[in-house]
Amino acid sequence: MSSDTLINASWLDYLLVAIYFAFVLGIGVMARRSVSDSIDFFLSGRSLPAWVTGLAFISANLGAVEIMGMSANGAEIGLPTVHYFWVGAVPAMLFLGVVMMPFYYGSKVRSVPEFMYRRFGTGAHLVNAISFAVAQLLIAGVNLALLAGIVHALLGWPIWIALVVAGAIVLSYITLGGLSAAIYNEVLQFFVIVASLLPLTLIGLHRVGGWDGLTEKITAAADKAPASAEVAPAAQQLESWPGQALSGFDSSLLSVIGIVFGLGFVLSFGYWTTNFVEVQRAMASDSISAARKTPIIGAFPKMFIPFIVIVPGMISAVLVQEMVDLKNGGTPAGGASGDGVAYNDALLLLLMRDVLPNGLLGLAIAGLLAAFMAGMAANISAFNTVFSYDLWQRYIRRDHSDDYYLRIGRLATVAATVIAIFTARIAMGYTNVMDYLQTLFGFFNAPLFATFILGMFWKRMTPTAGWVGLVAGTLSAIAVDRLAAAGVIDLPGQGAAFLAASTAFVVDIVLSVVVSLVTKPKPASELRGLVYSETPREDRTDPDEAAMPWWRRTVPLAGIALAMVVVLNIAF
Amino acid sequence: MSNTSNTSDTSDTTRETGSTHKAGVFDIRNIIGALLALYGVILTLAGLLGEHEPEKTGGVNANLWTGIALLLVGGFFIAWARMRPIVVPEHVEAPDDDPTRPAPQRRRPPVH
Repeated sequence: MSSDTLINASWLDYLLVAIYFAFVLGIGVMARRSVSDSIDFFLSGRSLPAWVTGLAFISANLGAVEIMGMSANGAEIGLPTVHYFWVGAVPAMLFLGVVMMPFYYGSKVRSVPEFMYRRFGTGAHLVNAISFAVAQLLIAGVNLALLAGIVHALLGWPIWIALVVAGAIVLSYITLGGLSAAIYNEVLQFFVIVASLLPLTLIGLHRVGGWDGLTEKITAAADKAPASAEVAPAAQQLESWPGQALSGFDSSLLSVIGIVFGLGFVLSFGYWTTNFVEVQRAMASDSISAARKTPIIGAFPKMFIPFIVIVPGMISAVLVQEMVDLKNGGTPAGGASGDGVAYNDALLLLLMRDVLPNGLLGLAIAGLLAAFMAGMAANISAFNTVFSYDLWQRYIRRDHSDDYYLRIGRLATVAATVIAIFTARIAMGYTNVMDYLQTLFGFFNAPLFATFILGMFWKRMTPTAGWVGLVAGTLSAIAVDRLAAAGVIDLPGQGAAFLAASTAFVVDIVLSVVVSLVTKPKPASELRGLVYSETPREDRTDPDEAAMPWWRRTVPLAGIALAMVVVLNIAF
Repeated sequence: MSNTSNTSDTSDTTRETGSTHKAGVFDIRNIIGALLALYGVILTLAGLLGEHEPEKTGGVNANLWTGIALLLVGGFFIAWARMRPIVVPEHVEAPDDDPTRPAPQRRRPPVH
């Protein structure tokens, strides 16, 4: 082992990490015994209760990217980062549960691309399945890169070896247990993460003198910062609205519009309602009612996660010397990459190193490793489903036995892990991981949402319009991104990503409508379960739900979640 | 061998109902409870016996308090699983076959 590891872990910390790994692999082995066919492997046999899939739903997203990226944003721009949760996630999750899930679960499709196939046919299906599969490989790479980063920091292993070992661990439990193992680990991970980040936040707040102390220190730091560092004014860092520090717009009106439409509507609805990584968790639940409640139950913890992710980032920016230097425009040495401290190090290395005693440090490391593995596992388990069902079975080898597709699924998992090791190298080229991901989501998700929502509610929309809208939308997002990269469009922060996503959405809608009007729609008889007006009410609802108490019904639950998130937006 | 694999304690329950068994160890609540309680024990001991490191935490014995909290939460999950055990149906209904999907569909479960 190398002597210059960044975190000074003791045997106690290693013990806690080792216990976690024993549980992870144990889950894989136990889940292995219950996998008897491909539905078990890919969709957990559709047998899980709503609170399990609900926690897995947000845990699949509470991966490395979320924790590192959001705490990094918290350190850099402060409180406006909460928009990724309260505007950029919760409303879309509620919409998914209330409006869209009945079509996904009720139509009995096995994946989101399969829904595409039945609504629009081959063209849109191929575009969706392939772009989704590619995106998952890239994002799995991001998660893996961060996972390798912490192993590197903890054990001092070279990044390459850390990448391979980390990949091997994820691989072992998914190939063994399939989606059940992934979901069980996600739920377990959720609790370990909360158990590690909550003490970190509380101790951190204690160290800086509570919320008031944090406010004072951020204000003082922003006043003192040199102009060249371009630190956002303290008022912008401490209030969520209008969020100029996040959107990069100077005008507060444009900033609000950018956040609400760009992030809140296009990016987040695109991500949460069409992303099979998330939707797959709901598809694993045991009834249409549980499937609809999955994202809604997930919304409750989701709205409080910022307090244990963003707030520690803000604390580290005033408490940890390296972060203070970085925010003032310096280039302190160290960090997970070895090339100097970056904002991504806010939580992982620096705050934990300075604040947590041995013991809690081990718990925190286990929690982060858990998050990284779960994020990557989620990408890979979604990838292997889409690859096996939507690409291999439909286009390459039809009509084989179920065992055959189960085997293909396991092989796809191995291949995906190997590829993710290489995409991890791509991800390492970007300093702020969120920027990288927003770019990707803009390319893939925004046009997808436009096509889905139009296709679900407008029966006239034609198969040709389906794929034309998707392709044109994605290309327009790439064009905007390239223009921004070349400096033709000048928007700092996330502004360019918002603009690319919004453009993709508008282009998709306009072209879909125009093309639909000149091409031939599918006959109405084929649209049952897929389009709102053609689906009888009993296909969309669970007959048992009316008998449940109000707090177990979908719509009242969603109403409570919405009211709570509005209150949070007003309070901060 | 396809669907007898997850029956650990079913020899008498199947006689009564013929179709269900309890999830037992594989109930996720037991797994969560066991991990959190184990962490709770270790951290509580570390808090009582180990170094305190007050310069990091600002004077709080963080290991001890976190350990106690974890013990409580872990105990809650185990108690919940004890009081309301999950009953797993022996046969989960297969999703309907989709006419657009390539055949063959799902392997037929063996008939008892």
